[in-house]
Amino acid sequence: MNMLTDAAVEAVLTEAPKETLKMRGSGVNVFYGEKQALFDVNLDIRENQVTALIGPSGCGKSTFLRCLNRMNDTIDICRVNGEITLDGEDIYDPRIDVVELRARVGMVFQKPNPFPKSIYENVAYGPRIHGLASTKSEFDAIVETSLQKAGLFNEVKDRLHEPGTGLSGGQQQRLCIARAIAVSPEVILMDEPCSALDPIATAKVEELIDELRENYTIVIVTHSMQQAARVSQRTAMFHLGHLVEEGPTDKIFTNPDDKRTQDYITGRFG
Amino acid sequence: MTGYLFLAILALSLIAFYVGRSTAGRFVAAHGAEVHSRPIYHGAFAAVWVGLPALVLVVFWLLFQDGVIDRLLIASLPESMKQGASPSQLSLYLSEIKNVASGRIFTEPSPEISAAAERYQRWQAIAQWAMVVVALSVSALALYMARTRMAPQFRARQNFERALDIVMILSAAVAIIVTLGIIVSLTYEAIQFFRLVPPHEFFFGLNWEPQIPIREDQVAGTGAFGAVPVFTGTLLIAAIALLVAIPVGLFSAIYLVEFADERVRGIIKPVLEILAGVPTVVYGFFAVLTVAPAIRQAGGMMGIAISPNSALAAGGVMGIMIIPFISSLSDDALRAVPQSMRDGSFAMGATKAETVTRVLLPAALPGIVGGILLAASRAIGETMIVVMAAGLTATLTANPLEGVTTVTVQIVTLLIGDTAFDNPKTLSAFALGLVLFVVTLCLNVLALRIVRRYREKYE
Amino acid sequence: MSETTATAPKPFDWSSPEAMAKRKRRYAADRRLRLYGLVSILVAIGLLGILIASLVVTGYSAFVQTKIAVEFTADPENVPAEDPGAGNFRAVVSNAVQALFPEIENRRELRTASKILSNGATTIVRNHVIANPGLVGQTFTLEVPASDPFDQLNKGVIDRNLPEDRRRVSDAEIELFESLEARGLVSTPFNWGLFFNADSRFPELAGLAGAVVGSFYALLVCFLISFPVGIAAAIYLEEFAPKNRWTDLVEVNINNLAAVPSIVFGLLGLAVFIQVFGLPRSAPLVGGMVLSLMTLPTMIIVTRAALKSIPPSIREAALGIGASKHEVILHHVLPLALPGILTGTIIGLAQALGETAPLLLIGMNAFLTSPPGGIMDPATALPTQIFIWADSPERGFASRTSAAILVLLGFLIFMNAVAIYLRQRFERRW
Repeated sequence: MNMLTDAAVEAVLTEAPKETLKMRGSGVNVFYGEKQALFDVNLDIRENQVTALIGPSGCGKSTFLRCLNRMNDTIDICRVNGEITLDGEDIYDPRIDVVELRARVGMVFQKPNPFPKSIYENVAYGPRIHGLASTKSEFDAIVETSLQKAGLFNEVKDRLHEPGTGLSGGQQQRLCIARAIAVSPEVILMDEPCSALDPIATAKVEELIDELRENYTIVIVTHSMQQAARVSQRTAMFHLGHLVEEGPTDKIFTNPDDKRTQDYITGRFG
Repeated sequence: MTGYLFLAILALSLIAFYVGRSTAGRFVAAHGAEVHSRPIYHGAFAAVWVGLPALVLVVFWLLFQDGVIDRLLIASLPESMKQGASPSQLSLYLSEIKNVASGRIFTEPSPEISAAAERYQRWQAIAQWAMVVVALSVSALALYMARTRMAPQFRARQNFERALDIVMILSAAVAIIVTLGIIVSLTYEAIQFFRLVPPHEFFFGLNWEPQIPIREDQVAGTGAFGAVPVFTGTLLIAAIALLVAIPVGLFSAIYLVEFADERVRGIIKPVLEILAGVPTVVYGFFAVLTVAPAIRQAGGMMGIAISPNSALAAGGVMGIMIIPFISSLSDDALRAVPQSMRDGSFAMGATKAETVTRVLLPAALPGIVGGILLAASRAIGETMIVVMAAGLTATLTANPLEGVTTVTVQIVTLLIGDTAFDNPKTLSAFALGLVLFVVTLCLNVLALRIVRRYREKYE
Repeated sequence: MSETTATAPKPFDWSSPEAMAKRKRRYAADRRLRLYGLVSILVAIGLLGILIASLVVTGYSAFVQTKIAVEFTADPENVPAEDPGAGNFRAVVSNAVQALFPEIENRRELRTASKILSNGATTIVRNHVIANPGLVGQTFTLEVPASDPFDQLNKGVIDRNLPEDRRRVSDAEIELFESLEARGLVSTPFNWGLFFNADSRFPELAGLAGAVVGSFYALLVCFLISFPVGIAAAIYLEEFAPKNRWTDLVEVNINNLAAVPSIVFGLLGLAVFIQVFGLPRSAPLVGGMVLSLMTLPTMIIVTRAALKSIPPSIREAALGIGASKHEVILHHVLPLALPGILTGTIIGLAQALGETAPLLLIGMNAFLTSPPGGIMDPATALPTQIFIWADSPERGFASRTSAAILVLLGFLIFMNAVAIYLRQRFERRW
């Protein structure tokens, strides 16, 4: 399977945004039972960039996000058609292993959801189930680097074996990010990761997203236009299940093509 | 007679209702809007006053009348009969007196008994009439008092509602009264028992032979009351039951919550609940009729001798009975784990099995443990299955193929048939009952507390 | 972990053979857990199936009864016309048996032959003649139950092909019975006696009438006590009770009472109702009182749930137009909650109907050959009757026990069906 090439790593390090395609959705339709939630969505996700999905509630942005790692499979009545690719491979192909897919496309949820285990075990969960490490020192290393990348290590290094549920909301969310990072995903999906957090915690998480961009491709659903403007390089605007428009964040926020985007950004609806 | 009295009190209270309402109606006609309560409340107020005290009085009278008359009768017997008579003899006299009084004469009664029977009839009649007179005069007095209190400004609604409050509070207190009743009656009889048999013998003795000689000169001794084999038998059977029920119940719950779709769940869940609705006497018969012979046959084919009332048969059937407890409480506990935990785990690429064993079960553990404790308490207190399928002799063994006895079996066998509360044999049943109550109470309190704390955690 | 992982994601080859094998193992574990679950459910349902099947297999034969048509002659010599009840019906029956088998000459054989008829035949004939005094001096045909061994023989429970010493009826007896069969005198009609007879020492005559009546009285008492008390307590706890230690104690108490072993309630009934209050043993009154104490926690819990399900908007609406709190509850909340309360009540009573252990302790396992006339008379109940029959050695009682259990289960299914119907008919979504 195609992994990050050395060239890509180098490209990241030299900060020259080479716009490689990481994921692509074409003609995606989603149904919840009889109700159609997404209509013919075509959207490209570029590597090592943050793509923000915005739009009013119920517009289908979270639905699209959950299609990217097949989290919709857990909902019985949900049907997806169209094509979504990861590195050119259709992720809805029956030969694709959903376990592997989700390890490569991690996810962080709206409400922090640490498992009722210790901080250490939360982070080690992924490597443990996927068998990414075998010795105690390997686990220690993964836990430490993941927590470091999530900017949490210094805050929790003395209480790694206390329950993760004892942390503050912002810390819990960064713990969830560390948990997602621990399996070395290629893409991280974030479903309104800051909506349950206070402004200071939000700022920290946003900072973190910006740092993570160097190594990961990030797709973030957000309600807050300011957040989209702050953290993303590209923005996609959804409305009533349709993708209204997509483009570089600067352009969407300064000079959108579509009237609806204009109205939403200026707060006429939403 | 008593029935007519109840009807009379009800009729009086109905009359009081109309009297109250029409009185208040006249107030309304005379004073208009100044009348505080609507006429219907004046009526209800009067009816409660007339009916309730009298009814309560009659109920208590009936509860205590027989006991009082019995005691009076015994006291009135000539000294020669009471001298040296054991309580069981006295109760024999009593039933003879009552038989004679009701005309069921088998042999010619002695003159003392005949005289007592006459007294009995007379006292019964006196008590009956006294009850009628007292009850009706209480009603009449109450009607008079209620009438004098009625006035346009009288707060009949508040008074009526206060009466309702009292009735409701008393009803709520019944739960406490019942618990107290259990504790007091069991403790009282158990203390009587421990006067005859020292507690250390009961709690640490290894020999349980509660049969006592019927005649003084029998050699069989006074019986042995070492309850340890009874306790171990109870634990053995309960343990077998849990060994059957925990895996089946837990795996069923996991399948229903995590793997089955709504439709399958909707069918299977009620079917499992049926297992909980089958009366225990049915399970007992099932154990005797089908399971025990099947186990014996299986043992016979393997060349193992299995007792016809083996702990295995009783415990196994009891296990079937508690499957639905474990499965439905585990089901609740698993469902209470928030969906976000599952999402978090699936999003990491975990399979369902990994999610269940590594996230959901640890998270639901307190709820499941609470359920298992409740099931254990139920297994320990279960009676009919073991009465029918387990043994009567107390053997100190951990072998599930042998017959053992349980606390509940002993209680039933000791108390079934005619009983007099004067010998260690019958009293020992109450000591066993007290142990049973205390143990199950502790298990229940613990389990309910765990389950409650667990629920609060995810709410 | 190598140093590079600290800076860049560690490349993990998902398609390496080791990774594939590992995933295969993980999916196998997944399927295994699913299989365990499925097997557990099938085991539980299978056990229920075996339980019901074994009851039906042993019990169905008790729903029919072997009867033998016999001609009796109530000749005035044995039965005086002025007082038929005083007649010598034993002689009537033995004459009738002699008439059935004219070839029998010695007394011993005749006695064997008359054992084909139930021991109750004398009473049956006597009651029939007392009811129809005109029969004195007449000859009439009456269908009399066969005694238990022959009933079992006719139903095929006793195998005629077994060697003689291993079955309960001898070859000679089978011969007699077969001659009756050949003459077409043997019939197996529906066994109404199972429902309309009281208990008896003879399986062929034993029925459930006494137990059903006893259970009815006990449930009636149980309902009359637990329904009002339960509702009043639930209203108080749900609507009025202040949140303090006293009400906390009551709540904990109710939850615990619901889990106290039923036999403890039996001990309470024995020690308090019978010993202290001197109420009669074996009476449905005491049984009902004990059952009501056990049903009470259930009643309170379901009533509270029903009250809770009534949305606050209704209370607020009524309070808003000046109703007192009591009026709100009596006029609005209680009527709306009633279907839920009734459903819970029926389920609680169904539980009480199946309860056995406490009734044993208060003596509702007496042997009684007539149904109780009231709540103070000695009585049995359905489950205790099952217990008594299960303990009886006669072969006929085994199938009667199963049949009695099927009847009990029938009542329970009926009650639960009514509860489900009520719930579906009146359930309201707010």
